[in-house]
Amino acid sequence: MLEFIAEPLSFGFMQRGLLASCLVAIICGTLGCFVVLKGLAFIGDALAHASFGGVALAFVLGANIYLGAFIFALGTALGIGALSQGGRVRADTAIGVLFAGTFAFGILIISRVEAYTVDLFGYLFGDVLSITRSDLITITVSGVLVLVVVAAFYRQFIFAAFDPAVAAASGLPTRFLEYLLLGLLGATIVTSLQAIGIVLVVALLVTPSATAYLLTNRFHTMIFASMGIGCLSALLGIYLSYYLDVASGAAIILTATAFFFITLVLTGRRKKLSEVHWE
Amino acid sequence: MENAALEVRELTVSYGDGRPALERASLSLPRGEILGVVGPNGGGKSTLLKGILGIAPVSSGKVFVAGNKVDRRSRRLIGYVPQREEVDWKFPVSAFDVVMMGRVPSMKLFRRPSSEDKKAVWKALADVGMADFADKQIGEFSGGQQQRIFLGRALAQGAEVLLLDEPVSGVDAPSQREVFGLLNDLREAGKTVVVTTHDLSSVAERFGLALILNRRVVAVGRPEDVFTAEILNEAYDSSLMILNVGGRTIAVEDVNHHPTEHRA
Repeated sequence: MLEFIAEPLSFGFMQRGLLASCLVAIICGTLGCFVVLKGLAFIGDALAHASFGGVALAFVLGANIYLGAFIFALGTALGIGALSQGGRVRADTAIGVLFAGTFAFGILIISRVEAYTVDLFGYLFGDVLSITRSDLITITVSGVLVLVVVAAFYRQFIFAAFDPAVAAASGLPTRFLEYLLLGLLGATIVTSLQAIGIVLVVALLVTPSATAYLLTNRFHTMIFASMGIGCLSALLGIYLSYYLDVASGAAIILTATAFFFITLVLTGRRKKLSEVHWE
Repeated sequence: MENAALEVRELTVSYGDGRPALERASLSLPRGEILGVVGPNGGGKSTLLKGILGIAPVSSGKVFVAGNKVDRRSRRLIGYVPQREEVDWKFPVSAFDVVMMGRVPSMKLFRRPSSEDKKAVWKALADVGMADFADKQIGEFSGGQQQRIFLGRALAQGAEVLLLDEPVSGVDAPSQREVFGLLNDLREAGKTVVVTTHDLSSVAERFGLALILNRRVVAVGRPEDVFTAEILNEAYDSSLMILNVGGRTIAVEDVNHHPTEHRA
């Protein structure tokens, strides 16, 4: 058993992969609580897909991939806000138009440069075991940055998420907070791309937080539970991926999904039992 | 003369290209008064409150609190309790957390609540009679208790003027009495209160002042002076029936004009 756990750890790429995926799970677990409570899952998925245009463009130009992805994600977030602001286009329509457009742009680019497609597919589906030392540094720096900003605005974010009308009425800069949250969401997604992949990153944002939501009714415990469940899913998922030789991103997400359904069933049963006791 | 606690001058709010939702509404409330705002649905009751708070698109007009024009800072003097359906009651926060939100606008970034903040929250919880239930999640309370907690948040914020949007709609009768009783206590403690409601009889029985709103201010004054058949018929068009039963005048609202009241 011990060997089962220790053997993969002797490889540098496994150490980096485990570390990176835990970091990513912690950031996603934090932002994910806001995503779940504010119903931002669709927009999160959109920012992830939109970032692929930036990944492809930066790849071809030889620029920093994370920077390219972040610019595209942020541009899409601002674009969604601008398009839906005037009320001429609904927000979900604006999301649909922009994310498909920017994602298609990415596909268009990689279809022209076939030699690179294998590397770029790593960003689509994630390959946590190919994370380099410099990837790890990028993930750490941007992750710490995201967490510091969330900590700075923590109470304002919660107030604005719970009750935006009253938050605005009492003088909080709610519009600024909304864009800041979208910016953080973009940064979180971009940070997670290499580990989880564009197609699946929304699941790491939503699933552990949704599981935590079932388990607690206080916001700060929800954040810590969400981080913990995310980390556990990441660790188990990577071991599964190592021993079963399956894609790491998919293994992590399926582990998180399993946790969600187990929690759903257990908390549902507990509720039923307590009802029986009451009668 | 002492400044009015709340003064609204010619406030106009319009959401789109059409007719404004609120046209040149004016009112002046002395400190320690309680005003009931009534009027047909779509008559601009919620819009009046949101216009005062500056969270609706105000196209002209001014709002003064204790003689000062309202800006981002002095807005804290106005406390707001939104309609029940605007709140996500499953949100994972306790009564204490919600009241603490009243302190957030004055907190510095990164700061944890100071002992002063905590003291203010406990005092507000005690003032609204909810100190014993501070740790329960907000969705576990009755409608009346939820209103009390939200009032507690307004108090913790330091509000002198309290605006409540439909605090008793969808709330059972004992809870209604509980909310109106608390509002009266707060009024006696020197707060100035504005409440929108569909319930004309509560306004007539309990409030010192009534304002009838149908996009414009139709009438404002003591309930016995403004709740006349003539004024109510003008304000409600045909959605209110004024009946004379055994010498008493009774106003009956046509519920078909009020889709929000169809909720079970």
